[in-house]
Amino acid sequence: MGFLNTIIQGVLLGGLYALYAAGLALIFGVMRLVNLAHGDFIVLGAFAILAIATALGLPAPVAAMIALPFMFAFGWALQRLILNRTLKDDLLVPLLVTFGLSIIVQNGLLQVFSADSRRLSLGALETAAFNVGDITLGVVPALTFVAAILVLIGLSLLFYRTRLGRILRATSDSVEIVEIMGVDPRKIFAIAMGISFVVIAVSAFFMGVRANFDPSAGPGRLLFAFEAVVIGGLGSFWGTLLGGVILGVAQTIGGSISPEWQQLSGHVVFLAVILLRPRGLLSRAA
Amino acid sequence: MSQRYVTLTATKTSRVALLVFLAGIIALAIAPHLVPRSLLQDFILVFLLIAMAQCWNLLAGYAGLISVGQQAFVGLGGYGLFAAIVSFGMDPLLAVLLSALCVAVISIPVGFVVFRMQGAYFAVVTWVVAEVFRLLLAQWKALGGGTGTSLPRSATSDMFGLNWAAEVFGVRSAAAREIVIYWAALAVMVVVIAVVYRLLRSRLGLALSAIRDSEMAAESVGVDIGRAKFAAYVFAAFGTALAGALYFLDSARISPDSAFSVLDWTAYVIFIVVIGGIGTIEGPVLGAIIFVVLQSTLSSFGPWYLIVLGVLGIAVMLLAPKGIWGTFSAATGIHLFPTRRRLGAAVPREPDPEA
Repeated sequence: MGFLNTIIQGVLLGGLYALYAAGLALIFGVMRLVNLAHGDFIVLGAFAILAIATALGLPAPVAAMIALPFMFAFGWALQRLILNRTLKDDLLVPLLVTFGLSIIVQNGLLQVFSADSRRLSLGALETAAFNVGDITLGVVPALTFVAAILVLIGLSLLFYRTRLGRILRATSDSVEIVEIMGVDPRKIFAIAMGISFVVIAVSAFFMGVRANFDPSAGPGRLLFAFEAVVIGGLGSFWGTLLGGVILGVAQTIGGSISPEWQQLSGHVVFLAVILLRPRGLLSRAA
Repeated sequence: MSQRYVTLTATKTSRVALLVFLAGIIALAIAPHLVPRSLLQDFILVFLLIAMAQCWNLLAGYAGLISVGQQAFVGLGGYGLFAAIVSFGMDPLLAVLLSALCVAVISIPVGFVVFRMQGAYFAVVTWVVAEVFRLLLAQWKALGGGTGTSLPRSATSDMFGLNWAAEVFGVRSAAAREIVIYWAALAVMVVVIAVVYRLLRSRLGLALSAIRDSEMAAESVGVDIGRAKFAAYVFAAFGTALAGALYFLDSARISPDSAFSVLDWTAYVIFIVVIGGIGTIEGPVLGAIIFVVLQSTLSSFGPWYLIVLGVLGIAVMLLAPKGIWGTFSAATGIHLFPTRRRLGAAVPREPDPEA
């Protein structure tokens, strides 16, 4: 039963990684930007929720709800003021600018919140668990997984059932053509970044209630998000869930062998996937 | 003799610059005589950062390969050095060279993995690989595991060149050790600059420049893109490991977090290249000097210092993407290390007086 338990804990952990990955995949899908500061923005979101909860004396979930519109606005402004200037044919500028943002966010958080590790509190719910057969599931990990599925359903509906989604997909296909149709791609990119930041805020909340975080946690989250995106297959929302689950299971199996192997086995599985199927598991072309 | 065109890369300025450069090296070589010991450490850091920055610049500025995982090779270089000294009692300088050669060999299979991804994805995969090496070496118990280890003092007590340096400069062995490492760092910098310069003026360099300007056009005229990029990648791994190994010989202490630090070995190096001027040989030299001056004056401000570096880097990237040297060079037409080929006049080819 121990092994099955490990797998299930890994699947639930994969939900968190799918949340990290969804925001990254969305941005890459719409504007071909790999946001190297993605992980740091997740950590920034967690600190923002913590700050709101502490300042207003609110429970963390309410603070997270309050943070959502601000995160959207932040992402929107970031795209309009900085990132839109980086999106030319050149690869170098967007990568290095987001890398610079990563350093700024990490050190800004370090300056404001110190290097101490923090956690978002959920009271008794944090340790609550329920049994399914012989397996004990934590409420928080299970909720995270449900949230991941809801976010992915939401994004799918947004992209495939709405007018905005149609424009987002069209912009992804060809910036030139949507411009001819009278769409300003820079505005669309800003909206996409805003949506990505809403997903970032959701990931930030669940990251913060599942485990401790500190200002230096960002790059690790970026790598997990990226690995989940690539394993699942580029440009596929549901692929991020598959990728996240594979990564989560690989990590918990590795961790059950030895704690040092937890992260390492996730990375090794990722490297194996890019050697064997560099376009990811869910891509149509091999 | 028939009339033919000649392609030139050298200019009058560059010939003068080469002489100034050689004179500068000689001046730097005797500098331990003249400058205080504390400054010597700054010089060592500048030399090593220049070597690393040249390597990153070769990748990003010429081969179109943006790596954020060069810390993998710094760390491997450092750990290779410690392993060779601690396990085999090898002479430190020999160990530096051997370690860098081993890293170059390791970079070949690593290259096969990371080259599966292109563009921005390549960048993140190099970072993952660096993390894998950090996690692996944190499990090497003989070298201190996660907390790291120090070199025993005896390891460098009969280092190659030590007695000689002690005699020539009339100093104790601790100071002599520093002078030997200073010379080695100077040599590493000169060798890396010379090889990169030579490489960029060779056929491979032409191929890399073609790739930088347009990958598709380069491929269409028969450039073997994959091979040229791979060669640049392996050389960059070697040069980075050489500088990394020497850095950890100097500091005599290593840990997985310091050896594989993305901030120290990639963020700083990128800052140096971007500020100085990407795609030039002069840029990383200028950038490294600026960086070390900034660091020694501002690093006491802690996180603020890094925020300023980040803002400065982004501002240069957006407003003056050619960096200081690139902007200066574009305005004045001065190239100290020209790699651009110009067509010479249709004169009978004379024997090159400099050949």
